[in-house]
Amino acid sequence: MLSSYPTDNRFGKYGGRYVPETLVPALDELEEAYNKFKNESFFQSELKYYLEQYAGRPTPLFFAKNLTKYCGGARIFLKREDLLHGGAHKINNTLGQALLAKRLRKKRVIAETGAGQHGVGTAIACAVLGLSSEIYMGSKDMKRQKPNLTRMRLLGAKVNPVHSGSRTLKDAINEALRDWITNVRSTYYLIGSAVGPHPYPVIVRDFQSIIGREIKMQIKEYSKTSQLPDAVVACVGGGSNAIGTFHPFIDESNVGLYGVEAAGKGIKSGKHSATLSWGSPGIIHGMFTYLLQDKFGQVSTTHSISAGLDYPAVGPEHALLKDVKRVKYTQCTDVDAAEAFLLLSKLEGIIPALESSHAVSYAMKLAKEMGRRENIVITLSGRGDKDVEVMQKYLATKDKKSQNC
Amino acid sequence: MNTDEKEKGMAGITELSTKRIDAKFRILSKKNACALICYLVAGYPNIRMSEVLVDVLVKAGADIIEIGIPFSDPIADGPTIQGAYNDALKNKVNPTKCLALVARLRKKYPDLPIILMTYSNIVIREGGVKRFVQRSKESGVDGFILPDMNIDEAHLYIKVASEAGLATVFLASPNTKKIRLKSIISKSSGFLYLITVFGVTGAQKSFQNLTAHSIRRVKRLSGSKIPVVVGFGISKPEHVRYMINAGADGVIIASAILDIIKSNLKSPTLGLKIKSFVEGMKTACQSKNL
Repeated sequence: MLSSYPTDNRFGKYGGRYVPETLVPALDELEEAYNKFKNESFFQSELKYYLEQYAGRPTPLFFAKNLTKYCGGARIFLKREDLLHGGAHKINNTLGQALLAKRLRKKRVIAETGAGQHGVGTAIACAVLGLSSEIYMGSKDMKRQKPNLTRMRLLGAKVNPVHSGSRTLKDAINEALRDWITNVRSTYYLIGSAVGPHPYPVIVRDFQSIIGREIKMQIKEYSKTSQLPDAVVACVGGGSNAIGTFHPFIDESNVGLYGVEAAGKGIKSGKHSATLSWGSPGIIHGMFTYLLQDKFGQVSTTHSISAGLDYPAVGPEHALLKDVKRVKYTQCTDVDAAEAFLLLSKLEGIIPALESSHAVSYAMKLAKEMGRRENIVITLSGRGDKDVEVMQKYLATKDKKSQNC
Repeated sequence: MNTDEKEKGMAGITELSTKRIDAKFRILSKKNACALICYLVAGYPNIRMSEVLVDVLVKAGADIIEIGIPFSDPIADGPTIQGAYNDALKNKVNPTKCLALVARLRKKYPDLPIILMTYSNIVIREGGVKRFVQRSKESGVDGFILPDMNIDEAHLYIKVASEAGLATVFLASPNTKKIRLKSIISKSSGFLYLITVFGVTGAQKSFQNLTAHSIRRVKRLSGSKIPVVVGFGISKPEHVRYMINAGADGVIIASAILDIIKSNLKSPTLGLKIKSFVEGMKTACQSKNL
């Protein structure tokens, strides 16, 4: 069964622990602690308490009537992770891992962030649980996600700008790993996506799988039958909201799973982040997975309108799910994502994150091809307040273009 | 080079192969000296200069040369090596050019041990580990240091490298547990690379008791099985003496050399500065005798 992975630290041939020796004892310690606490009732009840009373779980599964009517196909449901405290699904994982950090008696937490959502999620969890947090963020991302930068600082986190490489999420992870190598005895590294060396992809997946489990129950309640959704769609950068959405459905072969990557300005432009669609296997950030790279193994510079998808690799479990064809990985361009952003805002009064807008865009196409009695669920991984500046620019350019016509 | 010559050259290399590293340590141990291993990034500041700089290092007393193949995301390296990698990549340096550099060095220095340092993704790319190891061997490489390839993931790499007779230098860290350390020792060939500090590469101001303690600990376990070489942050002769006193069989000088290159890029005295720095380190390496 596909849901039984990983075995031997790997998802098929993907995953593993390609890390400097200094981190091996820390990963061993983390794995041991995770295995001990994941089934411990006190840990679980503490996590449940924070998820429900603090973060706002369960999140609604909202029937998007207007969007459904607009598309004229399958019934579209939105899994509202955007309503969580902090504005994204990230808090499912940050609360879980911060509770683990406490049990490991590590008082200092470090994290990387792309769009800033994981940084905010980490800062929130650390604030409420009394831990100190330092967030690494690429200087390019700091510019395009300013509101989140301020939020992290307000929440008491120290934000360390990363000026190396492409100055985005990839480089923020490099820098966080270097910090961890240096301060491994005192520091917990709270990875935000289902990436990195084993056991991180498993830990993040498990904490995020609450998304898929709730969808499963909620869709049944809605239809008053035991029917599962016909299709489930999520965006994929590193792949944490997607794996959390998909995992509870992996062995349900009648549920179609769709992961949407960022096609940026299109494959021909070379400016995209569609790792699974257009990448090849390689090693980065401690894992063997799909990677955008040149023929010599140098990691490519990626592009996406959404900082959260702007990453040249992907979680190793997605690499397996692609190879065995259990999930269909597809892409959506910057422009299509921005248009879906605008449409959902107007039709449903919900401003989605640009990351999630990629999923919305593809799901709309898919819904049109599906029957009216079929159900399609989109995971709305986050809200779009952080993206209003980018969208303002998008609209200004669009206005200019239409005037020129 | 015609085919005949190529085959002859290759045969010669096969004969020496990993033996060069072992032979070097045997000679040094007879002299009761510590090995001085000097690092350069291939293509920093450019490939031609890398070749010239190896000449300077060898003349100044380097026992073993470590050549870094640049990688875009070097997680075990600090700002100095990151910067050098970056500049080399901007110069369009690639593994093929690096191996060609090694081949030229091999011709010039038939007995000089040359070790490649790079990251796993470079090694598994383009035809996989086996192809990379084969190409390295043909170029005259003696072994590899891959900081993100720890023993758990190294099954195939160890197999093909040892079949080719090339050394697999694994790293150990101050926090490596005893049982794992034993396994690292048994899977390493050429020498064992002990990281002296918690951190990435880059010059350290001084070393703490932790460093001496971990050298002694590793030496106790390794015995005479394999030389123990220390690296990360060594930048002064007094550091070298400190490592030797704790029992190190060799030292790796990396970022300190690159720092000199960086601050003397346009200076006509770059060669002289490197020479006098390396000579100072070499003198310290003889202090095993004192």
